[in-house]
Amino acid sequence: MERDQLVVDKVNEAVRDAIEEIKDFRGERTLYIKPNRIKKVCQLLRDEEALQYNFLSDISADDLLPEFPRFAVNYHLYSIPFNHRLRLRVRIEDPDKGPATMAGVWPIATWLETEVWDLMGVRFKGNKGLRRLFLPEDWQGHPLRKDYPLGYEEVQFTFNWEEIGSRKPQPKD
Amino acid sequence: MGIEQKLGDMGVVTYRLEDLVNWGRSNAMWPILFGLACCAIEMMSAQAAHYDLSRFGMELNRPSPRQSDLMIVSGRVSRKMAPVVRRLYGQMPAPKWVIAMGDCASCGGVFNNYAIVQGIDEIVPVDVYVAGCPPRPEALIDGIMSLHEKVRGEKLKDWA
Amino acid sequence: MTLATQPTSSSDTIQELTVEELRAKVGTGMEIEDAEEHLLLSMGPQHPSTHGVLRLLLELDGETVINVAPDIGFLHTGVEKTMESKTYTKALVLTDRMDYLSPMSNNLGYIMAIEKLLDVEVTPRAQVIRVILSELARISSHLVWLGTHALDLAAMTVFLYCFREREYILDLFEMVAGQRMMVSYFRPGGLWRDLPEEFVPAVRHFLDFFPGKIADYEALLKKNPIFLRRTKGVGVISAEDAIAWGVTGPSLRGSGLEWDIRKTQPYAGYEQYDFDVPTRTEGDVYARYRCRVDEFWQSMRIIEQALDKLPDGPINIDNPKIVPPSRSQLGQSMEAVIHHFKLWTEGFSVPEGYVYHSVESPRGEFACYLRSDGSPKPARVHFRTPSFVNLASLPNMAKGGFLADLVAIIGSIDIVLGDIDR
Repeated sequence: MERDQLVVDKVNEAVRDAIEEIKDFRGERTLYIKPNRIKKVCQLLRDEEALQYNFLSDISADDLLPEFPRFAVNYHLYSIPFNHRLRLRVRIEDPDKGPATMAGVWPIATWLETEVWDLMGVRFKGNKGLRRLFLPEDWQGHPLRKDYPLGYEEVQFTFNWEEIGSRKPQPKD
Repeated sequence: MGIEQKLGDMGVVTYRLEDLVNWGRSNAMWPILFGLACCAIEMMSAQAAHYDLSRFGMELNRPSPRQSDLMIVSGRVSRKMAPVVRRLYGQMPAPKWVIAMGDCASCGGVFNNYAIVQGIDEIVPVDVYVAGCPPRPEALIDGIMSLHEKVRGEKLKDWA
Repeated sequence: MTLATQPTSSSDTIQELTVEELRAKVGTGMEIEDAEEHLLLSMGPQHPSTHGVLRLLLELDGETVINVAPDIGFLHTGVEKTMESKTYTKALVLTDRMDYLSPMSNNLGYIMAIEKLLDVEVTPRAQVIRVILSELARISSHLVWLGTHALDLAAMTVFLYCFREREYILDLFEMVAGQRMMVSYFRPGGLWRDLPEEFVPAVRHFLDFFPGKIADYEALLKKNPIFLRRTKGVGVISAEDAIAWGVTGPSLRGSGLEWDIRKTQPYAGYEQYDFDVPTRTEGDVYARYRCRVDEFWQSMRIIEQALDKLPDGPINIDNPKIVPPSRSQLGQSMEAVIHHFKLWTEGFSVPEGYVYHSVESPRGEFACYLRSDGSPKPARVHFRTPSFVNLASLPNMAKGGFLADLVAIIGSIDIVLGDIDR
């Protein structure tokens, strides 16, 4: 589509070697962006007259464990005037040194980045409000990572009734 | 004709204390307004006009735990919510009863993972378990009626 | 102060001060003597008006809200992590339980993401049935919203009326899928089973009597001075703020921007139907209320067009690797037994890649980001839920208003805690 090509041209024109790779799959375009260029690219995408990606749908993170770099952060953008969706994907090696925060570009990003930190552990530079949102404050670990166990309880059948029953917590009254 | 025959001349009726108190408790049990998740919507449906809970004396949902005697835990209890449930249970004055409504409250339900307490009987003592995901309002009413039968069978020496 | 210690029995001592003197003594009563004397209140997880287990930390100055911070997570279920350990079809039942007021739209978002990955297009009959059920789910969700919102604003009869209509819709769902609320009726490749015969006449009957019921609700609320005073001009958010804060759905359409995913990026055949998107410009609670009530009418229009258009034909695509064979075939064909076995034990495999599909749920844009690594279990599922993002705009709307307005605002952004906490 011409708009897809327009995006790539504008980004290449304004921010040099930001795009690592372009992928098209099932009608969706994904731009792989270098982590240190992501903020400039996002500001360009929001402010440029011909592009106007003014709506941030979602920020989500992936844990690609056997592969390296391990983490990937997706930014799903949508341009309301031009009705066009775009995805930016940033590969991260060290979760404590994640991409810069997008809170200056789209204010909703603070909230979405906090969720990503809470469940996946990817820190965003400049976002001071990273705290436990879904989990209790003293929880250790980040559940959505692939090396975090599901934490399920073994089912009590008749053959292991006593064994599991003794480990189950009971209230005191 | 009925009760006047037993009254005699003095207008006095004798009754076992247990039966009288249990009758009073079961017919006017006020639930706490405690809807957590999807089962809460079925609880609201049970209280609305179609399946009416006010015929059991339960139309008044008290938001404050200090004024209620029944806690219907409707919905999944997460690890963050568990201390809150325990605290609310502690704030209710005796006599109090707990109905675990739905699969998530009875045994963890569909969710067998790090975030959900596998059955609230790990936190509070439960009187009646109602199965279903979510249980139909009729199932909830059946659970409430079982609780009423249980309350009517309580003995004097078991009272707190 | 003089008045506080006056005995109330003697009338001449109360009338001692003239009105001017009294006014001079009391002043406007609004001067803040000590700015640090704010009340910190936790509108706790168990509260009648928070529509679930939402905790709001409030900083109040008298009745005025200075600051509000939502504290969520009391219903966190770990749906995304649990779905990674189940096959695609088994994980479908977990999606119902997120936005539990309209489980159909959750199902639809997830199933359409799977179908996008599989690159299959469902049959026309399945598409029309999906549209009918999605719109019925929209109506039932808005009925609960209206009932609980009015209940918060002390109009209790509306609550009972709305739930009475909702019972009829839940009967329709039970007729089709066997479950009142958590229908997992949409399956990858089509639907679970075909519609029973009594469904279409029952829906037509619903479309006949429902306008009269909407008239009932409007009669109670539309010109009700208490309702209007409590909702007009309250919780205003401008369109630019709403876009910047990611608000979608009727909350955004109440602020002036006409964006509906069913119109801009249609899915499941929505482009064939003729309907409007109700939009208001004021951006207050009343505008959002009117948007949702007008959506009742538009949903009924869509259902009527869909019923007229309902084609005959198969409901599932003809791919035995994805769609389970029917029970009658299991007794006759060996391939059917093998496919059945494979689907039930291992599940179907999905090509590698990632997609993002969004649908218009009653609350806004519900989207599913699905990444597959070629195995029968999803590698990563992430749901962009509308209530989670809409809640972030709550401080924006509520600051500076009264505590009682906060209750109206929470009702108007229509949050569902299962959607927020997943």
